[in-house]
Amino acid sequence: MPLSSTTSPLVRPTKHGLYCAAGNFFIDPWRKVDRAVVTHAHSDHARPGMGAYLCSSSGVGVLRERVGQSASIEGLAFGERRNMGGIMVSLHPAGHLLGSAQVRLEYKGEVWVITGDYKRDADTSCEAFEPVPCQTIITESTFGLPVYRWPTSAQVFLQINDWWRENQREGRISVLFAYALGKAQRVLCGLDPSIGPIGVHGAVDRMLPHYRDAGRPIPPTVRASRETKEQLRGMGLIVAPGSARNTPWLRQFAPYSLAFASGWMAVRGGRRRMALDRGFVLSDHVDWKGILETVADCRAERVGVTHGYAGPLMRWLREEKGLEAYEVPTRFVGESVQDTEEAAEE
Amino acid sequence: MQQFTDLYFALDASNRTTSKLAALQKYFEEADAADAAWAVYFLIGGRLKRTVASREFREWAGRACGYPEWMVEECYDHVGDLAETLALLLSNRVTPNEAQAEATISLSELVEQRILPLRDMEAEDREAALCGFWSSLDARQCLVLNKLITGGFRVGVSRTLVTRALAELAGVEVAVMAHRMMGDWQPSEANYRFLLLPADAGMEDPARPYPFCLAYPLETAVAGPAELLGPVEDWQIEWKWDGIRAQLIKRGAEILLWSRGEEMIGEAFPEIIEAASRWEGDAVLDGEILAWDSAAEKPGSFGQLQRRLGRKRAGPKLRREVPVVFMAYDCMELAGSDCRMEETAIRLQHLESFCRKNGGAWLRCSPGLECSDWTGVVEAQASSRERRVEGLMLKRKSAPYGVGRKKGDWWKWKVEPYSVDAVLVYAQQGHGRRAGLYTDYTFSVWDGEALVPFAKAYSGLSDAEIRRVDRWIRQHTREKHGPVRVVDSELVFEIAFEGIGESKRHKSGIAVRFPRILRWREDKPANEADTLETIRALL
Repeated sequence: MPLSSTTSPLVRPTKHGLYCAAGNFFIDPWRKVDRAVVTHAHSDHARPGMGAYLCSSSGVGVLRERVGQSASIEGLAFGERRNMGGIMVSLHPAGHLLGSAQVRLEYKGEVWVITGDYKRDADTSCEAFEPVPCQTIITESTFGLPVYRWPTSAQVFLQINDWWRENQREGRISVLFAYALGKAQRVLCGLDPSIGPIGVHGAVDRMLPHYRDAGRPIPPTVRASRETKEQLRGMGLIVAPGSARNTPWLRQFAPYSLAFASGWMAVRGGRRRMALDRGFVLSDHVDWKGILETVADCRAERVGVTHGYAGPLMRWLREEKGLEAYEVPTRFVGESVQDTEEAAEE
Repeated sequence: MQQFTDLYFALDASNRTTSKLAALQKYFEEADAADAAWAVYFLIGGRLKRTVASREFREWAGRACGYPEWMVEECYDHVGDLAETLALLLSNRVTPNEAQAEATISLSELVEQRILPLRDMEAEDREAALCGFWSSLDARQCLVLNKLITGGFRVGVSRTLVTRALAELAGVEVAVMAHRMMGDWQPSEANYRFLLLPADAGMEDPARPYPFCLAYPLETAVAGPAELLGPVEDWQIEWKWDGIRAQLIKRGAEILLWSRGEEMIGEAFPEIIEAASRWEGDAVLDGEILAWDSAAEKPGSFGQLQRRLGRKRAGPKLRREVPVVFMAYDCMELAGSDCRMEETAIRLQHLESFCRKNGGAWLRCSPGLECSDWTGVVEAQASSRERRVEGLMLKRKSAPYGVGRKKGDWWKWKVEPYSVDAVLVYAQQGHGRRAGLYTDYTFSVWDGEALVPFAKAYSGLSDAEIRRVDRWIRQHTREKHGPVRVVDSELVFEIAFEGIGESKRHKSGIAVRFPRILRWREDKPANEADTLETIRALL
């Protein structure tokens, strides 16, 4: 099947974001537009103020938390097709967080997939990633270097639970920093609640009803606060966003041991710079091997690369895999080491 | 190897001194002496002689894991640590490694039977041997192996902490352990066993230096010395010499010169060793090696002294051109008895009596300054530059000779450094804990219309400032040359440095000593930065 020429691609980058002209809608736009198809609710993909939003049915609740109660949001079940101006649009699980989706577009026999952020590792807090056959894939490359390879979630959760027990023996609260939406809930699902009480920061707590309603195995939690700190003292584990570092809220739980759960923890420099007690390698983004597997599974001939280490990945795809590869610029550089340190939310 | 790898990762994972100490103690209790000896050696900063060039190392590791060289370089730029980059790539090979891990090899076997023999192999065999190691070790062991080979073995453990762990294990004072570990400590089983001897065991090695007493910097910006230090009569006040700190040991026929970095530097200063062989009586002296300008009766420049240090052996011509002296300022041992516990005043009497007998062209006794009040001290300090000294040393007269850096008894009071405002022109990513951030900067000053680079500096900014500058650099890159970014000439920083000299090697014609960033001058536009002329005027 012939590809359309690159001069009139089905989607192209614009100053508002990725645009599908034939269907007149944007995917994860960062400026105000009428119609936005949103892959997931992190703030570098879902901005407030769009005329209308389309996202996966299971993602509606968390998206509303982020873009406002009054926003016009429509949910589409995974796999269900929607005709938008002649373009067949469907959403497919991306495995990044609850309701996160890849966007599949079909027009006159040509199929494009925009992955959004995704991962292929096991995660009981959200729908599992499914590769979608296509001719052109636009993939994220936040961790698009071969130094990144994730250990299995099971291994990491063993480490986290061990660290928790060890802290209990020394009478310290365990504080685990994780992004408030997505990572925090994934971590909660992997904790062993028989070890002790689990506390959550307000920003994490706010998202939990959506996960519980969706039947995700979130263990019982308490809101970590002045009222519950005696219950948590020396025994509990608190999941909090990184922005809670160096705050009076955090200090009330001392003595504690601080850890971060992030893909950036795979590199010692990133870990040591943050002066944490522990860094756990747990990412909601795909690693190097995962990107290559995805490209292969989709049997894509053309690969757009966005968010992250685009250069090396493109060169690898061209030279080693013989594929057409190009960069899809974005206003956001994706999650970066610096953001991790400043503990941005996504 | 497995035990040592576990230790490495336990030390690396933690940020707490107590858990690091516990990890060290556990290791030393369990490890075999031959392995523990190597562990001590590496942890206190010992390195193996280079067996593989860094260039070869990259190339071979790249081949072993199936990635082309450009990808190895991209990854290295990102990770900022070669040993780690290669270990990460090796655990993510293009074709997964099927070989069986050989987990049983001990640290001493690995070093003595595998790594050290690499040196005598042909390049081809070296590559094959290295690839063999990589296949037989797991990812964590690969990291440790790579660290041992590349020599950058930093895992956030200080020598002091290793000393403490061993002292507790042996049941001796920390100072005693510090002394046992002094000198060019070699990683043999016997040397390790010696460290762990009980407290009353003899210390018969006549070559072993004592731990140096280190001074604390005196910050007088807030209060004058009087408030901090009390009556001036309590203090021995001397010049702070700008040379090479050294310990001179004369014990019978044994004459050694040890640097602060515990290297034997006698061969670079043979005239001092020769002179010492004629001295009457035995002593261990603490002092400074200085280039000496005997006409002016003051030190020569540090740059001259560096010429002496750069040579392994000093020939007659160099000895003539750069004469040196040993400026003694403390006495640690006299006639075979350790006098470090005596108070400063007594030790200085020992020193003076020794120098009276033996002083001369090669040995001088650092004179004490007679100051009746602090005003006099302040005035003396202000004259430091013209005397070619760094400032003053203040030693509490009643204090013993301490071990390591302890606050309160020894103070160094340096003159304010020189400082200039300079423009950031190039940036490079840092290493270690600064990997992934642009933290290595090159600064320029104006020479007419052009900016001329004159100094590189790495430290001085806060973490928050580093992140802001890093972001700015990424947004204002004009060109990239490999890892170096050329940035817009906009940001101005105040750069401090200790000394300045002519240099043929640098485009600016000057070389500055110990440059560092004092502050980010966000208030200054680039055109108001200093000129080369202003700097040359300091010469």
